[in-house]
Amino acid sequence: MHIPDGFLNAATVATTAAVSAGGIGGAVRIVGKKLKEKQVPMMGILAAFIFAAQMLNFPVAGGTSGHVIGAALAAILLGPWAAVLIMSCVLIAQSLIFQDGGLLALGANIFNMGIVASFSAYYVYKLINWLAGANRRGALIGGFVAAWFSVFLASIFCAIELALSGSSPFAVVLPAMAGVHALIGIGEGLITGAVLVLVMATRADLLQLKRA
Amino acid sequence: MKSKWWLIALAICLAVACLAPLASSSPDGLERVAEDEGFLGLGQDSPYQIIADYVFPGIENEALATILAGVVGTLVLFGAAYGVAWLITLRKRQTA
Repeated sequence: MHIPDGFLNAATVATTAAVSAGGIGGAVRIVGKKLKEKQVPMMGILAAFIFAAQMLNFPVAGGTSGHVIGAALAAILLGPWAAVLIMSCVLIAQSLIFQDGGLLALGANIFNMGIVASFSAYYVYKLINWLAGANRRGALIGGFVAAWFSVFLASIFCAIELALSGSSPFAVVLPAMAGVHALIGIGEGLITGAVLVLVMATRADLLQLKRA
Repeated sequence: MKSKWWLIALAICLAVACLAPLASSSPDGLERVAEDEGFLGLGQDSPYQIIADYVFPGIENEALATILAGVVGTLVLFGAAYGVAWLITLRKRQTA
């Protein structure tokens, strides 16, 4: 879902850049206060894992592929603000070094795949834990649904930005983006659930910033 | 051993990066939509290229070039996010 340069107009570039800059500023302040010392390596590991996992495009219907975003995993493990920082590191490196995602579109990409995906995943996960219980089953179901929803919602925001920029009419781009990402989200959900189970089995002590 | 758990985790990340040549090369969701709806042509290439499209430049074997790009990126991101997290928690550690 990395938007290249040229798809967004100046107003959308400026707005998303401002919102994302503010989001990163808030994340630096909050994570700086709450992150425990032993969670510092976890930040590096999650960024490294999300970068590597994003390279693995899996096929979905009709000659299309998708890859995980990873924001849901980071948000569930370390909270939404830490996830925003991790996703920003990944997206900035992808844009600057790997020419994946435009330089001007960086703000929009951080907004969609960082801020929107992290916070939506985090609150859906909380909701499902509340409904299904904060146990292993709740974590697995919650992880799957939260990850699916984060991809779906990020694609809707991406479609809105494309429509506002005049790249494609709203009535066309919204169902197209939401439709294909509803499929890609299933992959995100499966991978997020699997990794959550692995982390819970090995290093449950590293989870969550809250009550720090 | 326990304090070095992240070395094992980093090794797993690098192993994941080494699977990159197996990834689907079909266009991703956004690219597919842009192609189908006729706005792919609006896209502009970056003004410069370093490791463009996750292929390390100057290596003939494409699988090897992809793996090298993945390994470099994985290590860069481990270092970058570790460094950011270390820096922003510096003040908290000093006052603690």
